[in-house]
Amino acid sequence: MSVGIAMLVHTALDRVEQVARHWAAAGCPVALHVDLNVPQDAYDRLEAALADQPMIRFCKRHRCEWGRWGIVAASQSASELLLATFDDIHHVYLVSGSCVPLRPVHELVDYLAERRRTDFIESATTADVPWAKGGLQQERFTLRFPFSWKRQRALFDFYVRFQRRLGLKRTIPDGLVPHMGSQWWCLTRQTLSAILQDPNRTRYDRYFRRVWIPDESYYQTLARRFSSNIESRSLTLSKFDHQGKPHVFYDDHLQLLRRSHCFVGRKIWPHANRLYAAFLNNTGAMNQAEPNPAKIDRVFARAVEQRTRGRPGLYMQSRMPRPGAANAPTSNPYSVFQGFADLFCNFEDWLARTSGTQVHGRLFAPDRVEFAGRASLVNGGLSDSAAKRDYAPETFVTSLIWNTRGERQCFQYGPADKQSAAGFIARDPNAQISVIAGAWAIPLFHSNRNFADLRKRAAKLQKIETEQLKLLRSGEAKAQTRIWSLAEFVDSPMEALQEIVDEIGQTNSRILTEAPTMADLAGFGQFLQNLKNQGMHPHLMGDFPLDEPQVVLPKRPSKPYLVQ
Amino acid sequence: MRLRRRRRLFRCLRKSRELSSVQDNTAAIRPDDILLFSTFRNEGARLPYFLKYYRDLGVDHFLFVDNDSDDDTRDLIAEQPDISVWHTTSSYKTSNFGTDWVNYLLRTYGHGHWTLVVDPDEFFVYPFCDTRPLRALTDWLAASSVKSFGAMLLDMYPQGRLDAQHYEPGQNPMEIAAWFDSGNYTLKRNPELGNLWIQGGPRSRMFFADNPEKAPALNKIPLVNWDRRYTYVSSTHMLLPRGLNLVYDETGGEKASGVLLHAKFLDNFSAKASEELTRKQHFYGSVEYRAYLDKLEDGAGPWNEWSEKYINWRQIEILGLMSKGNWA
Repeated sequence: MSVGIAMLVHTALDRVEQVARHWAAAGCPVALHVDLNVPQDAYDRLEAALADQPMIRFCKRHRCEWGRWGIVAASQSASELLLATFDDIHHVYLVSGSCVPLRPVHELVDYLAERRRTDFIESATTADVPWAKGGLQQERFTLRFPFSWKRQRALFDFYVRFQRRLGLKRTIPDGLVPHMGSQWWCLTRQTLSAILQDPNRTRYDRYFRRVWIPDESYYQTLARRFSSNIESRSLTLSKFDHQGKPHVFYDDHLQLLRRSHCFVGRKIWPHANRLYAAFLNNTGAMNQAEPNPAKIDRVFARAVEQRTRGRPGLYMQSRMPRPGAANAPTSNPYSVFQGFADLFCNFEDWLARTSGTQVHGRLFAPDRVEFAGRASLVNGGLSDSAAKRDYAPETFVTSLIWNTRGERQCFQYGPADKQSAAGFIARDPNAQISVIAGAWAIPLFHSNRNFADLRKRAAKLQKIETEQLKLLRSGEAKAQTRIWSLAEFVDSPMEALQEIVDEIGQTNSRILTEAPTMADLAGFGQFLQNLKNQGMHPHLMGDFPLDEPQVVLPKRPSKPYLVQ
Repeated sequence: MRLRRRRRLFRCLRKSRELSSVQDNTAAIRPDDILLFSTFRNEGARLPYFLKYYRDLGVDHFLFVDNDSDDDTRDLIAEQPDISVWHTTSSYKTSNFGTDWVNYLLRTYGHGHWTLVVDPDEFFVYPFCDTRPLRALTDWLAASSVKSFGAMLLDMYPQGRLDAQHYEPGQNPMEIAAWFDSGNYTLKRNPELGNLWIQGGPRSRMFFADNPEKAPALNKIPLVNWDRRYTYVSSTHMLLPRGLNLVYDETGGEKASGVLLHAKFLDNFSAKASEELTRKQHFYGSVEYRAYLDKLEDGAGPWNEWSEKYINWRQIEILGLMSKGNWA
């Protein structure tokens, strides 16, 4: 009793020789199909090299091309040769030249001997295969594909469109229900010979000759017709990327492959010397483990995810999403505070203490970047040079957020700052923006400048902030925004602060016990009135009372007494 | 664009007359060999490690343009069967900073090969470079129908003063210049040629804080499956036809990419900079070198508390400076 190996090869013939000898040495007859595209002299050399091996035979050669009939014809010839030449074969295993047995061959033979009637072939109806690439699913079976997808793409596409336009459809031969699956199967002699010796075979072959990628559907469909017991999975470990191209295994995959307990792996890079050495000298202890490719699945799924989705918020030499193309423009949530530092004297320190985050000053101050602690460099070597920041303001934000992943960033912003990144931040769903509108007037109020200058300055700041608020309230803004007028905020500051700190959520949600110190607002109402009297109407701060506002700040909770 | 490409190709043919073959082993090049091209002057110190590094990666043949070295560079590369050398005394500057010469060699010898174009102080790092040879990468790129591979320059520097540690020929320069900036790079699209324009790192931070737009470009595309119709436009920053410059994904995914560790800041840096300044053969009338010398007089190096110490490619990958893409 043995397992026949049908081996389709087209390249790396030195490895082919090695692997074929390995199978034969373990008692498995091998039928080699060498692609007709391989030069005759290379073929002759391989044949001569394996002439000493009675268990290794060469079958009729066909021209193989991806997605076309030649590959099926090749496997038919190889299978026929095996079944006709070696009587004791009970299963035939189809492998490629880049497949390598990952477990000792006798384990595979034993495994199959215990499952004498089972056909291992992945086979699913077209409706159930999400992994089919190229958009053609059911149409693979109902259109004709006489042109090569690789070489004659224009003709291929044209002919598909032409048939769709005319509504041309082929009838699927009676008794066949199209199924698809991995092309690497292992079939019993009964099933395989039934397929190959079916009186209808010429009819089926003629049909499949014009099906697209028939090697993924010919046996998969016909096995459903003849097999009594299909196990719909492939014994070959074979992973595909997002383009339908097989992943390749290298030396550094050795442990991963070993632990997968799969019988055969593909594709192995022909120069992966360590893998070939390890697996072709693999006698190993008896191992009853079932194949378990889950871990490898995860590795490759992650790789595909990185290629298709990437790391959000990262901008680098090979990831440069167009604006709006990627899910989030930054990598992590961050908070922007507008007006808070104007209203509270020690807001930065207070926020850093209460929220446990990194709190910067005005990152977009015109003269320099005010990093936390006024450092000249922060994470990643980002510098406080205003020129560098203004050279690429959006990149400045994304770099800062990326460099500090894991530590939430907060910074102050306002109408007196550079507005170059305002739009970017407003459109960023990771931004949490809190605005006390009109608070910019407080520093003006405290400053000792001529009233004419103040008036001019106030008009300018109000204009900028109005624009900002318009943007934040517009449909394109995706940031989480809270806007209070100064009057509103001063009315109940603790509630608002509590809300913000809770949302940052770094420390365990607790009641704020310490309030930041509010700037002295005595006479501020009058200041605003003076501006109004001068014809400049400050409207953003809401209705600010002329007399001093009553600010409600909590007192420290008194210490409880303990009575003994 | 086609015209521009043609003009470049014509120019490199014209400039090829400045090259004279010193050592021609190109007959030994086999059809699928990986070729490395480089232009240099007086690199006797760094060349021994350079050759070892790239031979270990699996480069099969080196094609060098020697821009009139007068140190022991020539002896180092003489009579080695995998090295071919051309000599020129012409101006580096008027040959478009060596690009014309390399374009000519690429066109003549590179067709159909994977070609790596690097300077003698650039060390190519790609995903899995510690376990997989360069050929694994080129095979994978070819199977994915990818023709060009990006690797940005990553400027490496020592801790403390540049001249604190002496670099011995043959030594791994990254033993001394082990540090780099991890997150202060800016990227802009070049609408004309489609490449990204990357700036930043220690040179921009130290020497161009006030005019960052003048900072040197760090984007490079050193590895290409060459065709005789291709041409580099400016150093290895960009290529024609433009499609080769699209080494980045624009929909959010990451293409695979590497870095070129740039061992520029060693103890011979000041000497090199002074020499280049007197030769006046570099970009922007050598603005860069003048800035270096001005700043380095006072002895402070680029190192700071946020510098990252180089460990391996995985670290660079995690920091987001390069990517595995879907290679696993």
